[in-house]
Amino acid sequence: MSLDRVARERLVRALAGSVIEHADELTSLDQAIGDGDHGLNMKRGFEAVLAALPGLADKSLPEMLKAIGMTLVMKVGGASGPLVGTFFMELGKALPEQPSRSDLVAATEKAIEAVKARGRSEAGQKTLLDVLVPVHAVLAGGGDAKAIAAEAAQAADRTTPMQAIRGRASFLGERSIGHMDPGSRSASLLIGAAVETLEFEVNP
Amino acid sequence: MSNVGIVIVSHSPKIAEGAADMVRQMVGDAVPLAWTGGDVDGGLGTNVSGILEAIETAWSPAGVAILVDLGGAETNSEMAVEMLPEDRRARVLVCNAPVVEGAVIAATESSGGSSLAAVKRSAEEFYA
Repeated sequence: MSLDRVARERLVRALAGSVIEHADELTSLDQAIGDGDHGLNMKRGFEAVLAALPGLADKSLPEMLKAIGMTLVMKVGGASGPLVGTFFMELGKALPEQPSRSDLVAATEKAIEAVKARGRSEAGQKTLLDVLVPVHAVLAGGGDAKAIAAEAAQAADRTTPMQAIRGRASFLGERSIGHMDPGSRSASLLIGAAVETLEFEVNP
Repeated sequence: MSNVGIVIVSHSPKIAEGAADMVRQMVGDAVPLAWTGGDVDGGLGTNVSGILEAIETAWSPAGVAILVDLGGAETNSEMAVEMLPEDRRARVLVCNAPVVEGAVIAATESSGGSSLAAVKRSAEEFYA
């Protein structure tokens, strides 16, 4: 996968756009089972990422991902900042400048492990890991862009009947059941935007 | 000052400031103290840069104990600790204790010259 400057800028705009356009939806999901700031927080973070263009896209892919992660850590606030920011930072650390598909599989796995450590969480606790982990399995299994985007959306849907074990929603106990996890929804939006933009031009 | 520093991190700047007032009333200027609260736009939340600044303000060679309220405060504090220079990282601990009571107890322990580990332990054990 070789992303030129134009493609890197397109990727950044797509990631940011997907979150910013859905900020109200993310906020209403978070109002149901959290503190209602997820949409606003993520929007603030990705607006800061957009503000770092065009310089941001001048960086190599790994450096660009690390810079996105650091911006999210500093600007988002809430637990999502460190969690989503850590994912991008670790992805940047683990990826070479022109990653193959197996590089992407390996780097994503490292980034997911870092998110688990940061949140002291595992899949099954109604968090963004419930999207990241199954999507990684599809990626590792050779799924194409369409399959990855579909799994991301379905995985977010599957958090609806789950009971939250981590995060603010866990205070609600059984009342967290029946609402989609906002962090899973934003992860799914980001993954959808990424694979659509890249059209998944990653060689096996 | 060689007493352990105390940092208070709340989603609400008012709670953080109020807890710091209670600490000051208890220990005066015997303990380095800083508070931070709110997101970068001033709404309810916590932010890493504010926490890093507070750690700097309350810095002591004996270390710094951080008291937090809810999840994001803890996650952001742990992130801030990891972003510190390596020689400082091991000397900053996030306490698993209620923010107001924990801050007062930690500061009281610190004012007697206790180690960072002892300050953390007393904050965590009091309500355990």
